[in-house]
Amino acid sequence: MPSKPAAQPAPSPRLAVRKTYKLYIGGAFPRSESGRSYPVSDPTGHLLAHAAQASRKDVRDAVTAARKAFPGWSGATAYNRGQVLYRIAEMLEGRREQFAAEIMAAEGVKPAEAAAQVDAAIDRWVWYAGWSDKYAQVVGGANPVAGPYFNFSLPEPSGVVAIIAPQESSLLGFVSVVAPALTTGNTVVALASADRPLPAVSLTEALATSDLPAGVLNLLTGSPEELAPWLASHRDVNCLDLTGIAPADRVPLAQAAADNVKRVLAPAALDLTADPGMSRLAAFVETKTVWHPLGV
Amino acid sequence: MPTTEPPADMPQPAALRTGRTDVTAFEYAPAPESRAIARLKPSYGIYVDGEFRDGRGEAVKTINPATEEPLAEIAEANEADVADAVAAARRAYEGSWSRMPGAERAKYLFRIARAIQERGRELAVLESLDNGKPIKESRDVDIPNAAAHFFYYAGWADKLGYAGFGPNPRPVGVAGQIIPWNFPLLMAAWKIAPALATGNTVVLKPAETTPLTALTLAEIIAECDLPPGVVNVLAGGPSVGQALVEQPGVDKLAFTGSTAVGKQLQRSVAVSGKRLSLELGGKAANIVFDDAAIDQAVEGIVTGIFFNQGHVCCAGSRLLVQESVHDEVVAALQERLQTLRLGDPLDKNTDIGAINSAAQLARVRELADVGEAEGATRWSPACALPDRGFWFPPTVFTGASQASRIAQEEIFGPVLTVLTFRTPQEAVDKANNTPYGLSAGIWTEKGSRILWMANRLRAGVVWANTFNRFDPTSPFGGYTESGFGREGGRHGLAAYLESEA
Amino acid sequence: MSLTLSQPGAASPVAAALADASRDDASLRRFLHGLPGVDQVGAEARAAALATRSIKTTSKAWAIDMAIRMVDLTTLEGSDTPGRVRSLCGKAVRPDPSDASAPAVAAVCVYPDMVPVAVQALRGSAVQVASVATAFPSGRASLATKLVDVAEAVAAGAAEIDMVIDRGAFLAGHYLKVFEEIVAVKAACGSAHLKVILETGELVTLDSVRRASWLALLAGGDFIKTSTGKVSPAATPPVALVMLQAVRDFAARTGQVRGVKLAGGIRTTKEAVRYLVMVNEVAGQPWLDPRTFRFGASSLLNDLLLQRHKLSTGAYDGPDYVSID
Repeated sequence: MPSKPAAQPAPSPRLAVRKTYKLYIGGAFPRSESGRSYPVSDPTGHLLAHAAQASRKDVRDAVTAARKAFPGWSGATAYNRGQVLYRIAEMLEGRREQFAAEIMAAEGVKPAEAAAQVDAAIDRWVWYAGWSDKYAQVVGGANPVAGPYFNFSLPEPSGVVAIIAPQESSLLGFVSVVAPALTTGNTVVALASADRPLPAVSLTEALATSDLPAGVLNLLTGSPEELAPWLASHRDVNCLDLTGIAPADRVPLAQAAADNVKRVLAPAALDLTADPGMSRLAAFVETKTVWHPLGV
Repeated sequence: MPTTEPPADMPQPAALRTGRTDVTAFEYAPAPESRAIARLKPSYGIYVDGEFRDGRGEAVKTINPATEEPLAEIAEANEADVADAVAAARRAYEGSWSRMPGAERAKYLFRIARAIQERGRELAVLESLDNGKPIKESRDVDIPNAAAHFFYYAGWADKLGYAGFGPNPRPVGVAGQIIPWNFPLLMAAWKIAPALATGNTVVLKPAETTPLTALTLAEIIAECDLPPGVVNVLAGGPSVGQALVEQPGVDKLAFTGSTAVGKQLQRSVAVSGKRLSLELGGKAANIVFDDAAIDQAVEGIVTGIFFNQGHVCCAGSRLLVQESVHDEVVAALQERLQTLRLGDPLDKNTDIGAINSAAQLARVRELADVGEAEGATRWSPACALPDRGFWFPPTVFTGASQASRIAQEEIFGPVLTVLTFRTPQEAVDKANNTPYGLSAGIWTEKGSRILWMANRLRAGVVWANTFNRFDPTSPFGGYTESGFGREGGRHGLAAYLESEA
Repeated sequence: MSLTLSQPGAASPVAAALADASRDDASLRRFLHGLPGVDQVGAEARAAALATRSIKTTSKAWAIDMAIRMVDLTTLEGSDTPGRVRSLCGKAVRPDPSDASAPAVAAVCVYPDMVPVAVQALRGSAVQVASVATAFPSGRASLATKLVDVAEAVAAGAAEIDMVIDRGAFLAGHYLKVFEEIVAVKAACGSAHLKVILETGELVTLDSVRRASWLALLAGGDFIKTSTGKVSPAATPPVALVMLQAVRDFAARTGQVRGVKLAGGIRTTKEAVRYLVMVNEVAGQPWLDPRTFRFGASSLLNDLLLQRHKLSTGAYDGPDYVSID
């Protein structure tokens, strides 16, 4: 009788190509100029990846990139901005499974909750995209002055907005603070959640495949304690959103921001399930009022 | 080939400034767009309750007005089909659509906008074949604006509480919409997009001579998986429109077309109580002052009346030029008209396409003949007209008076009537001296005069140092007999929402 | 009225009705500021609309050959040498070694001290020698210096002189100073014809382009030219539109056809053809002629040749098949 053939060894599982999570500045993905990174873990302490630990020089570079991108982005038609933001939503939709997996890992939530957060984030992004060519109609208009003058008021974007994103909600929270600043024509330097930065980094990867011009949104990951003061004191930053800073820690930042009279948003609490309303759209616009005589 | 040189005994036009003609050594070779891209089908039916089927009315052929050749057979609707469509719209409204969250409605509309962009070239060729307009215009104006309209209104669907109509505005119900032949797909977009965004359902009747892009839009809507009955697209003529108007299940009517028919509809809803919005005719004054940037003013005059062969409700069909610069402006205009190219709508270099139908051509010819009979001086650039199809050369009448029919009646063709004024007030008076009030143009470099004039012109759209500019964010509509209601912008939502009272 | 090509070297005639305009600074200002304004958005829209013309097959071939014949092949670098200039002149006369049917260009344009080299290299051909002068490109020198610059170039054999206007004087409103400089340079040109570079990128607004165009035409310039090529933006469609309208309107008033040269930033056949469409529809037949319309360019010529190859062979071509100059 022929002997049984030797048992074949079980095939080894395919090794995954692990992602390197980098910063997003000026449309490119650099590591921190400081060369630092820090470990990012899930809520049980299990290591997920290392994220770049940005330095004050990265802050400086990001603000430079955002300023450079501002004329083009604010000068684009509202229609064009709406189209670009909608296209970003298309790119996000294509990565739903990826985002859900990253949220599950980052926040320790069940698949259904992670999926719901992704859907809410994408829908909220679409909601804000649709505001781009409507906001001016709701808040602007002609003012009936008591004289032979044509007078109208218009909202204009403030400039470079520095945003410290919420610490808990890694995607929906991030979208909720970043999208309104972009749709009105501002450019943004955002600091992701310190402990849960990875979904935001993946979002910037989606941006690189959209039509968003380089520098319109820049993402830093790292320590808010280290980086927020540099954003707050930077004189080429026009607005500061302190949503991701605990209320107890906001005062010194708000005071630093006063040095160039930044518009500071320090909201009480972020209810991510409620209708966002228009307040975040209004926070980072200036109102320009123009007069012209009527006469032959 | 017949040409349009004016007969030798006519008064000669003002001397052209440089003696140029349209003939130079630089001749443009034919640059035809491919017809096959339109993916024409041999026949089209109607779209009711999510299904494509033949209408039970007449089977008619829709023709290419540039060549008179038949393009496709259309199985038009009959009264029973209209009733079916309205019933389907009612079911869809009460079933899913009025309960659907705005954010979901928005995403349907975004899908439609994107699909129109994707199939833009196909739709443009189809539009030029069915309507006769130059491919350059369907490609660069009609189709992109149609997509943009859907894109704009998509974004309102989930923000209605911010639109200034109260915190929770409600839709009206089933909208019956009747559109004209001059911008077939664009008019369909202007009607369907705001209606859907606000939560209404729709029965749309395109014009009898131009059904193809509306029916292709129906295909797009089906591919976007809109629930059956939310949008229904019929085909047919005035009798189908009449049936739609009289259907009890229709809550609101939207009509774009002639003032005469608009008045009929208004009489009808006086009895039925349906909501109504009307976008009707016009006889707009394009006002040129002595300090206008003359080269751009000439462009504005040309686009004002010759864009889309003058088949535009807001066309600048009256040139009101300050008397001191009349000769200079008319001479510059006539020189500019030498470079207009009339011919095959599918040639990318064509500026002036075909008149949409034999009936419309007859009307334009009749009124042009009236103009001559009234004593005005008629002029056209030398222009070879193709021997088949419906064609009319760009035509300018000088020496007309405010009282002449060609200064008062809407011709809806490439015919410009030139009048003069002496002072700004006289310009205002003459511009406003019409039952219409849709649009007006002002050409002057002086800002305060622009605003002073704009304040006094009785027109729903005032263009200063520009003309025929459209945008989904910009409300469009008329005063007085040019209709009521606005399309576009935040204002465009009003017609499709219940009033707060 | 019939249109006459203004002859190079003729005394710069100004129609009697217009002579008054340049009587003094105030008159010149009134005239120039009394010209119709240009609506920038409208001008840009017209230029963009003309760019949608689709020029194919036979008309494209015609346009390419016409464009080649209108090229002033240019080298204006500090590093220019006789060798460089000779090589360029060879290309100017016979642009395509593989195809003798490719026409020669209109002229070669160099700095004044390279004129003798160009004259020698182009002897026996119909290609003209054009020279920049008047402290090109900045124009910041005394009038005396500028006139010597012109005289030397003319003495060396240049048939065409490309001067720069004093933009500082123009922007400060000293129109008569600018005018008189052009008149003096024109006189120093003798029988050479004069192109007046407006440097439209520094004038910025289309209203200024219109005024500077008229000023140069009134002063006797045979051509108005957009740019030195050293400042960006150089030639653009709206600027070309306004300049073509200026020569058209000037011809209507005086019967004289003056030329337009677009220089700087025109690198592709597509752009050149669009400009020819603009000439065709805005100005007309008298300007579809190398005697009245030029492209100042260097890399444009190779792209024209590549497109010419594609039209004749049917296949896309590559840079190895045209000579570097």
